Amino acid sequence: MNRRHFLKSTAVATGGLVLGFYLPDKLEAAVEPNNPGAKLNAWVHISPDDTVTLAIHKAEMGQGTVTSLAMLLAEELECDWNKIKTEFPGVDPEFGPVQGVVGSQSIRSSFDLLRKTGAAAREMLVSAAAQKWNVNVSDCRAENNAVVNTKTNARLSYGSLAEAASKLPVPAAPMMKDPSKFRIVGKPMKRRDTPMKVNGSAGFALDMKLPGMLYAVVARSAAFGGKITSFDATKAKAVPGVKNVVQISNGVAVVADNTWAAIEGRKALQLQVDDGPRGTTTSASIRKTFMDLAAKPGAVAHNEGNVEMAMAGAAKKIEAIYEAPYLAHSPMEPLNCTAHVTANSCDIWTGSQMQTAAQQAGMRITGLPADKVQIHTTFLGGGFGRRARVDFISEAIEVSKAVGVPVKLTWTREDDTQQDFYRPASYTTFAAGLDAQGWPVAWNARVVCPSFSGLRDGVDRTGVEGIPEVYEVPNMHVEYHPPDVGIPVSFWRSVGYSQNTFFTESFIDEMAAASGKDPLEFRRRLLAKQPRLLGVLNLAAEKIGWNTPPPAGRFRGIGLSPNVGSFEAQIAEISVNQGKVRVHRVVCAVDCGYTVNPATIVHQVRGGIVFGLTAALKGAITIDRGRVEQSNFNNYEMLRIDEMPVIDVYIVPSTQRVGGMGELSVPGTAPAVTNAIFKATGKRIRQLPIRLTNLA
Amino acid sequence: MAIEFTLNGKRQSVDVVPQMPLLWVLRDTLGLTGTKFGCGMALCGACTVHINGQPTRSCTLPISMVAGKSVTTIEGLSADNTHPIQKAWIDVDVPQCGYCQSGQIMSAAALLAKKANPSDGDIDEAMRGNICRCGTYQEIREAIHRAAQYAKGGTR
Repeated sequence: MNRRHFLKSTAVATGGLVLGFYLPDKLEAAVEPNNPGAKLNAWVHISPDDTVTLAIHKAEMGQGTVTSLAMLLAEELECDWNKIKTEFPGVDPEFGPVQGVVGSQSIRSSFDLLRKTGAAAREMLVSAAAQKWNVNVSDCRAENNAVVNTKTNARLSYGSLAEAASKLPVPAAPMMKDPSKFRIVGKPMKRRDTPMKVNGSAGFALDMKLPGMLYAVVARSAAFGGKITSFDATKAKAVPGVKNVVQISNGVAVVADNTWAAIEGRKALQLQVDDGPRGTTTSASIRKTFMDLAAKPGAVAHNEGNVEMAMAGAAKKIEAIYEAPYLAHSPMEPLNCTAHVTANSCDIWTGSQMQTAAQQAGMRITGLPADKVQIHTTFLGGGFGRRARVDFISEAIEVSKAVGVPVKLTWTREDDTQQDFYRPASYTTFAAGLDAQGWPVAWNARVVCPSFSGLRDGVDRTGVEGIPEVYEVPNMHVEYHPPDVGIPVSFWRSVGYSQNTFFTESFIDEMAAASGKDPLEFRRRLLAKQPRLLGVLNLAAEKIGWNTPPPAGRFRGIGLSPNVGSFEAQIAEISVNQGKVRVHRVVCAVDCGYTVNPATIVHQVRGGIVFGLTAALKGAITIDRGRVEQSNFNNYEMLRIDEMPVIDVYIVPSTQRVGGMGELSVPGTAPAVTNAIFKATGKRIRQLPIRLTNLA
Repeated sequence: MAIEFTLNGKRQSVDVVPQMPLLWVLRDTLGLTGTKFGCGMALCGACTVHINGQPTRSCTLPISMVAGKSVTTIEGLSADNTHPIQKAWIDVDVPQCGYCQSGQIMSAAALLAKKANPSDGDIDEAMRGNICRCGTYQEIREAIHRAAQYAKGGTR
């Protein structure tokens, strides 16, 4: 049985993960001549100088993967945290069928895998030491980058054992630590990438420079679905520094010897553009399409009990319509990619959340096989779902192929704002029937929200997620319509929850208000069968002191959600003065099961709340003539430091299976704020962003 | 025509189009990529450098305006991460994606040079021009207060 076969059978037994261990015949190719040493498996490479290099097969976009994944490996490998190096490997099937960073999956999908990988490498090192000493492995112990002979106290460093270890069989079922023995995992660890992020040396894709490299920007149709029918490049080519103008499938690329010249050259392009069939689309026409659909039955996404009968027997009925706008991702690093295409190679330097798709784009455009298309992963200056798309990568590959030199293709902020794959807008109608005591007996929902992740029985689950699975209501019916209005849409941090949690948490608040009940007590009863949601809600309530009144002039509201395999509850404390909302404080409790790096959790939760608050207070992409009206941070605004609330984060201790974190805290913020606004003003916010004029 | 200025304490001469913004001269011509492009309209602060000690958005500043002046970029703030702002940034573990942090740090360093003990209001005023999409504002505020202590020789 060869090694790969051996490990694949292991992998199947442990839940379908492909554990790609190192194959001996690839050793020479894998180890660079100036970096001798041995690769124990795809993740672990040990040099004779005792340096342990860990491959971070995900990507680092601020969520702390470089640190957290290294913690998992180092814990089981028993290596010296200070001797670890990390690197981003290329695309390799050994890392799994799809290499990417989406859905807050990095730790969830790696927790068992990387522990096992680290433990397997450790056992190989221990076996190598036992063979050298000619003792039993039970007489050896791994600690601090070395194997210790427990009888003689002799030590052999990992560096000295690596080569021998790499020739040993890979253990199928290595012994992993009991979590109570963890010395790294579960402890707040400093981020490994901070020192290089405070002096400008961290390598982002936009910082790439290759010999002979040129710089490109692309002119595209502003209207979605439109195209450039012809162009005159005479004036563009006259701009100093412009070297070339080439047509690619997405538009017209201006190639220059610096970025600014390319941008200036693009301004000088004369374009004939056909706006296409969506060229008259406006936000109002989109809204009308949504409203018309909302009047008709949709595909059934969820049905429990008999809503019609329960509604007929209800003592009280309430109805509401909720709306959320399109939103852009706006990572601070504008999209960019450097590509170098030759006759027999394609090298791509970029920050991608979907490296496998980036490689496939290279293969498709160049016709080269996978082993000739190398993805070099850099740090990502934010992703939030946008960098899971590879449109900008395809553009760079096309331009490099056309001009025959390395090309760095940069999107301006205007490109980024106007050519995004947006968080879809949604128009959702709700109706609820309450019994004589004010408890909900029926909940009817009809969601109109463009689809992007495929329909199954007419339903895109991302369109309705967050509506049916939270509160216990005996009769519930959810329908869904996927309108196609031509605006590109995709994953946006927390996906469907980003709008649906605002809707459901607001409507639950409406029910509580209609029943004259305290919104906390109302939720508690309806969450009786959701112990982990109840747990975070109770913790947040305790920490903010729900039963003690807030300071004069301040008001509180609640928002909560289960998402990415974890649970969050938030309570916001706000004031409203002369039509202006100020969010003073947010207390957030999370339950993400087993915690890997509590320090990262606190930072991710705060970041998610800022993301949610930015959307709640400011975010709206609007459409006119088939194109986006916003262009830059002057009209698509971000939350700034003077608007920042104090955010206190509490983690529910848990030994449950590890959950996601990067997206978790985005959804709860908007409803926590709008429910507090209701408390303050008696006005119910049913559309985002919050329009301050309605509160004067 | 060559334009001369001081860059991180050394004399620098560049021969580029006079309208070219300092940001692109730093990044593309001189290869100093610590200073970041975020918006191109002086709206986000990612490109902040010091011109004669003043925090300035380099993305809209033509290189011709820099002639004869002294420019400090993130690369020139310290040789070894020892500026009090950098030390505090490391101790608080401020960055997430890190892309905006060069600009945040340059704005914060300029604030600290002007006000040894900035109030929360001072921080709001000096830092509101710098966007962080990851939302590290709470950590930035904490780190500036901490850096003020370090600069005074306070304990860590």
